[in-house]
Amino acid sequence: MRDEKKNKDVLEEVTTGEYKYGFVTDIESDQAAKGLTEDTVRFISKKKNEPEWLLEFRLKAYRHWLTLEEPDWALLHHPPIDYQDIIYYSAPRPKKELENLDEIDPELLDTFNKLGISLEEQKRLSGVAVDAVIDSVSVKTTFQDTLAKHDIIFCSISDAVKNHPDLVKKYLGTVVPYTDNYFAALNSAVFSDGSFCYIPKGVRCPIELSTYFRINAANTGQFERTLLIADEGAYVSYLEGCTAPMRDENQLHAAIVEIVTYDDAEVKYSTVQNWYPGSKEGKGGIYNFVTKRGLCKGRNSKISWTQVETGSAITWKYPSCILLGDNSVGEFYSVAVTNNYQQADTGTKMIHIGKNTKSTIISKGISAGRSNNSYRGLVRVSKNADNARNYSQCDSLLLGDKCGAHTFPYIKTGNDTAIVEHEATTSKISDDQLFYCQQRGIDKEKAIGLIVNGYAKQVLNKLPMEFAVEAQKLLAITLEGSVG
Amino acid sequence: MLLNIKNLHVSIDGKEIIKGLNFSVNKGEIHAIMGPNGTGKSTLAAAITGREGYEITQGEIIFKGQVINDWSPDKRANEGVFLSFQYPIEIPGVSMTNFMRTALNARREYRKLPPVSAGDFLRKMEEKKKLVDIQSKLTNRSVNEGFSGGEKKKNEIFQMAMLEPELAILDETDSGLDIDALKVVANGVNQLKSGENAFIVITHYQRLLEYIVPDFVHVMYDGRIVKSGGKGLALELEERGYEWIKEQFDD
Repeated sequence: MRDEKKNKDVLEEVTTGEYKYGFVTDIESDQAAKGLTEDTVRFISKKKNEPEWLLEFRLKAYRHWLTLEEPDWALLHHPPIDYQDIIYYSAPRPKKELENLDEIDPELLDTFNKLGISLEEQKRLSGVAVDAVIDSVSVKTTFQDTLAKHDIIFCSISDAVKNHPDLVKKYLGTVVPYTDNYFAALNSAVFSDGSFCYIPKGVRCPIELSTYFRINAANTGQFERTLLIADEGAYVSYLEGCTAPMRDENQLHAAIVEIVTYDDAEVKYSTVQNWYPGSKEGKGGIYNFVTKRGLCKGRNSKISWTQVETGSAITWKYPSCILLGDNSVGEFYSVAVTNNYQQADTGTKMIHIGKNTKSTIISKGISAGRSNNSYRGLVRVSKNADNARNYSQCDSLLLGDKCGAHTFPYIKTGNDTAIVEHEATTSKISDDQLFYCQQRGIDKEKAIGLIVNGYAKQVLNKLPMEFAVEAQKLLAITLEGSVG
Repeated sequence: MLLNIKNLHVSIDGKEIIKGLNFSVNKGEIHAIMGPNGTGKSTLAAAITGREGYEITQGEIIFKGQVINDWSPDKRANEGVFLSFQYPIEIPGVSMTNFMRTALNARREYRKLPPVSAGDFLRKMEEKKKLVDIQSKLTNRSVNEGFSGGEKKKNEIFQMAMLEPELAILDETDSGLDIDALKVVANGVNQLKSGENAFIVITHYQRLLEYIVPDFVHVMYDGRIVKSGGKGLALELEERGYEWIKEQFDD
């Protein structure tokens, strides 16, 4: 039985509280000069001892990026980003290869402890393998042995480039090509690190895989790149969670996640996004422009995105599924919370190509303060996608009267047999609900947390319970689960 | 004296609803408040429990010797004031179990007690559920969501049993109840009744008072208590209606 303190709803904490994780770790950085030129791209590639083909990939992406304009269609407002005022590469200086936790920089460990991410504890308590990313370079990967037994590859993408170049070369940029969009091109040119995961045929990954991200050096853009392959009949549940130290300057984050699933494979990808949202006055905060996409390549394959988005000043993010294989399934479950001056424009794209493909979209937006929260989603059914099914539910909850909630659903069907449903609601926490809670002794703040958690429950229930850190804080762990 | 209300005036949006009400309740007593619609019965309940929008313009509400006029609703609740709602509110996605545990722990925190242990909590739930014949599936559902009218009212009494208030106000608890549910609710109240607590039962009809027998019956009219008596008064009202009261005071 978990103690009561842990049961406290963190949604409440994040909708009402100041950002807790504002601190900076002082680690000597090995960083590129400010600005982005072909030389910067070459510097990064050289720093990482990359093969020629990867440098070529980066350069092509960079040259393409130069021809693009930053997109402006999202309902987001921010001062122009000066891409020449950003440091594109920074890494903690590696002293030597690390074999166990004792060898990790104590200051770094301390950072994790402050975040409540004790690697030790995680290893012991939860059986979660953690690929901890601090400022772009993987510092420590655990549980490699267990994974190796099942021939599962889980490592930083830099290591994958070194040790499994064929796999990386085969898949990198196949789901999100560098031509996809402005930020995808930028990421492809300068990505610093990220995770790589390959689950071989017929293997059910026995543990949840998890990566923690942190932005750690001033003016450093973070350009993560994640590539996840589930071969025939494979299964993996993956959690990505992040927290960042408090900053005054805006920080750019443009990540890419690519997923490929083959016949009968399933990937469950969960995100807890808690980047620094800026001050209560709207100063600072992370600009988060993310391209996440999964390709259900094989028959009966499934990709499920679950996201809890609480951080960032700006969120631009549409985790998507391309349902290519017949009978493939795409799911998107999202809770997006915006407070103060935060802006989120987030949603999903479900592209039905194969026959009998199904998709489900459950989006729960929560707006407070003076924030703006938009759901933007596309459901597309192509000509040959017989019997495609989609169900979308987009709910918005407003706290106060100075925030905004918007819904932009796009539906395009090219097949008469498709059934596409869309439901949307907008609600406010009613005074009646608050008074009812208060009359039972629950103060207003706790009552809001309780009601908001109830509202988001449908999505929160989709997160893997095993995660001992962010997910645990975010989920209201009720007694229900432990008692029948 | 558990509750002492002195010359209470309450306004909603500037309109005076309660116009100088005096009323007191001792431990161990059951008071029935009756009267025609729109005379201020529910407003009185709202004023005692501290609902926003009900402005006390004059007078005092004294609970356990302290003036509570300015206390928040949750502080009053944690001090021991409970309201069984006429129209219980739905809270989607929040299970009754979670809601009750949160409420119980809020009370314990207020009283500087550690949170209730899971085992104790569940034992208590089981025990109190029996009191009002509540099915287990109900406590696993979201608060009042999809509950029938009778289930909602039983659920209010269940919460009362869990929170063990010193002063419980039952606002039209009998409305919408069939006779079986009414008996269950009344039975629950009677079992909870002790020398340490008190009940204020707001009702239109004598019917409920056959099962919850009041020590005192008060008639409210036009924002005041205009007549008080023993349980016989309720029977008289049942027979004669409220017209004679109205006639007496409308001048």
